[in-house]
Amino acid sequence: MANPFAIQTSIGDGENDLSIVALEGFVDAHTAPQFEDAIQKAVDVGSVRIVVNCEKLNYISSAGLGVFMSFIEEVRDRGGDIKICGLTPKVRHTFEILGFQDIFEMLDDQQTAVKRFTVS
Amino acid sequence: MSSIERKFTLQVPSSTENLALIREFVTTVGRQAQFEESDLSNLELAVDEACANVIEHAYGHDITKEVVVRAMFDDESLHISVIDEGLGFDPNKTPEDSVEQLIHDRKSGGLGIRLIKKLMDEVSYEIVPGQKNELHMTKKIRKD
Repeated sequence: MANPFAIQTSIGDGENDLSIVALEGFVDAHTAPQFEDAIQKAVDVGSVRIVVNCEKLNYISSAGLGVFMSFIEEVRDRGGDIKICGLTPKVRHTFEILGFQDIFEMLDDQQTAVKRFTVS
Repeated sequence: MSSIERKFTLQVPSSTENLALIREFVTTVGRQAQFEESDLSNLELAVDEACANVIEHAYGHDITKEVVVRAMFDDESLHISVIDEGLGFDPNKTPEDSVEQLIHDRKSGGLGIRLIKKLMDEVSYEIVPGQKNELHMTKKIRKD
């Protein structure tokens, strides 16, 4: 019955290092705090160039979307960004209902998302 | 042609842990009502948002309280009510700030009710002060 959730994080060493946060399963009001902690850890060490890999994400509610929203301004103020990659059509639909495509860059895969940071 | 009403009720302790169970309930009922997969996803999200609001805001994570989800469908539509006895708020009074404005103000609240309004065909709220709050949502069943 339970909807599984897992998170894999690779936190960068500092401001020049990327952090990768890979979400898996269901992000809702119950699991979003773990996602928030992961982003907070990256921001705390100054790694503000963050890729959130959603290839294995099955579901996200506003609790998860709120995590993206609550960090994006601070991260951009510090010269970084949060780039989202690998959204399935169903999950992308949820992001798009609220107009996230106008605020966040959404890339097809992690490699492309990482490249966007290294090129820009 | 007669249209038979089918009614379902789920009552769970007010904990975010139970959101998965609530989503399972709603998609099971929605499947019986013959919603398409994309509409099932919309239903699942709308009811999750409504219940998460109750658990976090109306009940303030008090697990001794209960969230009630009632579903009823006929040939035309599915009606879902989320019922609580906590602190009521009228979602129509939620400010309609843009997402950009919310980000600027460092706020992420209010997204849930915005999603519900976009995902469902009709949304209304009934508050009986000090007794109960009911959020009513309707989704029409699309015919081919």
